Amino acid sequence: MTVYVKGVVFEGVDFDDPNSWKIDAYIKRGGYAALKKILQEGITQDAIIAEMKASALRGRGGAGFPTGLKWSFMPRSFPGQKYLVCNTDEGEPGTFKDLDIIVNNPHALIEGMIIGGFAMGISVGYNYIHGEVFEAYQRFEAALEEARAAGFLGERILGTDFSFQLHGHHGYGAYICGEETALLESLEGKKGQPRFKPPFPASFGLYGKPTTINNTETFASVPYIIREGGQKFLELGKPNNGGTKLFSVSGHVNRPGNYEIPLGTPFSELLEMCGGMRGGKKLKAVIPGGSSAPVLPADIMMQCTMDYDSIAKAGSMLGSGAVIVMDETTCMVKALERLSYFYFEESCGQCTPCREGTGWLYRVVHRIEHGQGRAEDLDLLLSVGANIAGRTICALGDAAVMPVQGMLKHFRAEFEHHIEHKNCVAPGY
Amino acid sequence: MLEIEIDGKKLTVPGGSTVMDAAHSVGVHIPHFCYHKKLSIAANCRMCLVQVEKAPKPLPACATPVTDGMKVHTHSDMAVTAQKGVMEFLLINHPLDCPICDQGGECQLQDLAVGYGGSASRYEEEKRVVPNKNLGPLISTDMTRCIHCSRCVRFTEEIAGYQELGMPGRGEHTEVMTFIGKTVDSEISGNVIDLCPVGALTSKPFRYSARAWELSRRKSVSPHDGLGANLVVQVKDHRVKRVLPLENEAINECWIADRDRFSYEALNSEERLTKPLIKQGGVWQEADWQSALEYVVHGLKDIIANHGADSIAAVATEQATLEELYLLKQLFAGLGSQNVETRLRAADFGLKTQGATWLGQSIVDFVGSDAVLVVGSTLRKEQPLIAQRLRQAVKKGAKLAIVNSHGDDLLTTLAGELIVRPDQLVEGVLAVIKAVTEARGVAAPAHIDLAGVEVTDAARAVAAVFEGKDKTSIALGNLAQQNPRYAELHAAAAALAELVGAKLGVFAAAANSVGAQLAGATGAGNVFAQPKKAYVLLNTEVEFDTANGAEALAAVQQADMVVALGSFGSCALEHADVILPVSPFSETSGTFVNVEGKPQSFNGVVRPLGETRPAWKVFRVLGNLLGLENFGFNSSEEVRDLVLAGDVAAKLSNAAVAPVAVKAQAASGVVRLGEVPIYQLDMLTRRAPALQATADALAASQLKANAATLAKLGLAHGGNAQVKQGAGVATLAVALDAGLADDVVRVAANLPATRALGALTAAIEVTQA
Ligand SMILES: Cc1cc2nc3c(=O)[nH]c(=O)nc-3n(C[C@H](O)[C@H](O)[C@H](O)COP(=O)(O)O)c2cc1C
Ligand code: SF4
Ligand code: SF4
Ligand code: FES
Repeated sequence: MTVYVKGVVFEGVDFDDPNSWKIDAYIKRGGYAALKKILQEGITQDAIIAEMKASALRGRGGAGFPTGLKWSFMPRSFPGQKYLVCNTDEGEPGTFKDLDIIVNNPHALIEGMIIGGFAMGISVGYNYIHGEVFEAYQRFEAALEEARAAGFLGERILGTDFSFQLHGHHGYGAYICGEETALLESLEGKKGQPRFKPPFPASFGLYGKPTTINNTETFASVPYIIREGGQKFLELGKPNNGGTKLFSVSGHVNRPGNYEIPLGTPFSELLEMCGGMRGGKKLKAVIPGGSSAPVLPADIMMQCTMDYDSIAKAGSMLGSGAVIVMDETTCMVKALERLSYFYFEESCGQCTPCREGTGWLYRVVHRIEHGQGRAEDLDLLLSVGANIAGRTICALGDAAVMPVQGMLKHFRAEFEHHIEHKNCVAPGY
Repeated sequence: MLEIEIDGKKLTVPGGSTVMDAAHSVGVHIPHFCYHKKLSIAANCRMCLVQVEKAPKPLPACATPVTDGMKVHTHSDMAVTAQKGVMEFLLINHPLDCPICDQGGECQLQDLAVGYGGSASRYEEEKRVVPNKNLGPLISTDMTRCIHCSRCVRFTEEIAGYQELGMPGRGEHTEVMTFIGKTVDSEISGNVIDLCPVGALTSKPFRYSARAWELSRRKSVSPHDGLGANLVVQVKDHRVKRVLPLENEAINECWIADRDRFSYEALNSEERLTKPLIKQGGVWQEADWQSALEYVVHGLKDIIANHGADSIAAVATEQATLEELYLLKQLFAGLGSQNVETRLRAADFGLKTQGATWLGQSIVDFVGSDAVLVVGSTLRKEQPLIAQRLRQAVKKGAKLAIVNSHGDDLLTTLAGELIVRPDQLVEGVLAVIKAVTEARGVAAPAHIDLAGVEVTDAARAVAAVFEGKDKTSIALGNLAQQNPRYAELHAAAAALAELVGAKLGVFAAAANSVGAQLAGATGAGNVFAQPKKAYVLLNTEVEFDTANGAEALAAVQQADMVVALGSFGSCALEHADVILPVSPFSETSGTFVNVEGKPQSFNGVVRPLGETRPAWKVFRVLGNLLGLENFGFNSSEEVRDLVLAGDVAAKLSNAAVAPVAVKAQAASGVVRLGEVPIYQLDMLTRRAPALQATADALAASQLKANAATLAKLGLAHGGNAQVKQGAGVATLAVALDAGLADDVVRVAANLPATRALGALTAAIEVTQA
């Protein structure tokens, strides 16, 4: 279920209308006006990037890096080929917003990428789409065809000198291929393994050429910013946290789904929009930003507003905006076992601490969950985690550790109980 | 230049250096596994984490570029904690089976674990077990020991030129493996054994035969191709157990070819001869040295007395040392014979140069050329490490072109490729000359007759590689040197080099090809065509070391006396009268002069087996027994110093001027492209079981032709064919080789299966079998 409350990505989309994704409907709700404005009014690359900076749009892929700043890193005058890449590999447990975008409003993404291409002097783009959502990939290809037929995409767009080619590419479902440099490797046809940085993609990206990579939602926010102005976008949210954001709410709520709401909205309001806790149960904890974000207990979470700064201050992160809600029946040991298994399975295996450490973490948590925990295990988990975090090639290592740290910080007693009594404090669902 | 500080030491390093480079330059050791100076940076092991001031996290030294003012701590708490953390991770799934691991005692993981590992493990979960892989006859695997540093994978891709190893799987399931059903077949594959920091990849022939600490390490020089790779020979109880590279950046870098590494197996072969043998009444009898040498002296004197000094001849392979070859030549000179020859695989002896032919420059300069043309060479198999260095050169922007008789994949990008019949190699070079004259509007020298030369696009592409390049080189390979028109081919290449301002070089087929010329052991030409009454064979198996094995065998079989000096009884049992056991390279002191004219002397690494004697000493005794003057040498060094007195460089020259013109190709029939398979090069490689089990060795006896020729001959890939040259017949398996010109059949020489055949580049009859 997708709920549009207020915002930019799904503005005007009718989720009950099977044709709402199409180009005609998109144009009717103001689509491609931003692109036209740029090309017809001669808006400069500098002006677009200035507008992006003013919007305070931060990358929606997880790291929250300011998009305008990222775009300004692209060496625009570099004479050779440059690439623009969209990251629709969305594979983190709890995150399902990008899928919704390419299914329900693909042209917002396409327009955003074309504008990005124009702003950074790039003529070729790729959208790398998670392999397990093949129909969504097909929808995106269909939208590309529409855009080409309408003259918004391809050679000499809208009769100007500006040309931009955009291609869809589907992966095979590896979470690690969402890490931007692993994505580039995979796009080149190699094994999806992160590259060591530096060099960064802005100087050495796809096929070794300067490349800008953004998340689907990031690009899909661009047309609004250009059409309505960066200032207006910023004002939708709060300072340093411009705009609205999609939150993928899952877990023990009555109406799980994607919610597009202004950044800065109190968590309690979001929970209300979701119809509150399922079965009237008590909220126990929330993972506020995707599976790698440290868990926050209910009392802290209820004090937070949904934006980068507030969640960071509470000791977690907004990440991709996946909000995993857990009620009082949840066993935190079991929950962590599931999370740790994911990182163990998805580690690319390239660097030692993550390849060896994620398995170690998982096996220890698995033991605890199965009544074979030892008193020293909790300190061991933290120590192993500390040896992984910050020592790896990509952030998957950190992502594997943060859930462990978060759980032990807030729910250590539950783990101790498991170890001592070989059973659960949570009543079970 | 950037100023930085490492562990309090101030230093300046060039921009672009990494912290690892900088640490090296001041002798600070940073623990590492995946880093290797010759491979790309992977930064995956994380062992090299160090503290960099102002950085919040430890950074990998191997991949972190130095910035001005950077302060690095390699032993601070932060650094050591990180390094120990990584070490713990590396050990948790490692089997720790050091007591039964061949790498034990020379294992980087073991060594570093002493400094960075804990004494007890905190890991009490189940350990990983990884199935072993079949990488072929040379490399043994114990994959559970793999620490996933990817050095082996990067080696095959970046150095060997073809990614024969990969790492499929993810996370803990990542495994090093080959393509499904394939082995590692590169001719330089053994280097992965040295690169592997643990015991995951070890030497198959060496497996479980000694512990690293039991071995003495002795320097030596490879006796195979002309590169002169430097070796560390490891011995135990006077037996060679293992051969490793000795790093020499100017020659072999830190690599050796598989031939260099695994041929040692022959040194311990059952076929080694330990006592002189004399054939009496058709039966071989062991003899003492005294009687064997007296037998030789009497025999030679007799034959000279009855038939004249021209009735005796000596041949030697170019794996013999400078000293041996010089004394052999002196011995024959003393007897009044000039019939000494080492160019046993040549078909044309007409080339006249003012000195010994050689690379024309140093190896480093050669591979530093901006453009290189190689003429007539199965480069990867003839010169495995030069091929490797040329691949690196191409990566750095050099242009490589070939004029050749086959299109074997060089695993690099060719800027020009002209493939011609082997009897048309001269015309191939003439076509390139003509293309150059047309492109540049210049004339060819008068002795080069371009009448009738056809210029193809391929010839133009080859000619174009020299355009706008400063440092250019042309080299003639083994196939060129074995060509029946080598003198013309060489002169044509020299003229081309002159025209484009390139340096001309000649690849050395064997370890001492250049030394043989300096020793004066060449000049007789083909001593088998007109059979002699007596032959002295040094290190030579006539049917396997000559261009025309059938002819050579017939010649020695009809001789009245044949004296063979070799390390293996089997080398001449069928046709010799005396066999004298002489030392292989590992059991004598001596000198090889490599392709760049560099003399490299070595000592014996083990004592001679049984009653084996160094050949130079045998010749010394023979000289004395024959009452010849100037045989009073006390050491091989005295001989060497005499031969190499003066300026060696002044004795090297490739300059040759001779008339060259188009020759019409044989009107009909197919021509043989004969070549020496990589592991048939010399007596040692032929007797190394592991090398003989490689894919290269197994494929050597196939007959190959392109699709059109196969069709014309009524042959099919996978079928059999019968080939005939003179009286020699062989039945061979047929394989398609799309890289050959029409009407060419590629039939290797010097194999048991093909030894009865005739000349390498000549007509051959082919029928279905
Ligand atoms: C293990 C891992 C997985 C990731 N997966 C995704 C993903 O599925 N989608 C995404 O947009 N970004 C993902 N990222 C973040 C990207 O590396 C990158 O920062 C992002 O695509 C940049 O876009 P943005 O600036 O618009 O956020 C992942 C990062 C890591 C370390
Ligand atoms: S941190 Fe994990 S996923 Fe990232 S590169 Fe290292 S092994 Fe691969
Ligand atoms: S087999 Fe050896 S060299 Fe190859 S990845 Fe494993 S440890 Fe490294
Ligand atoms: S040596 Fe630097 S990470 Fe392996």
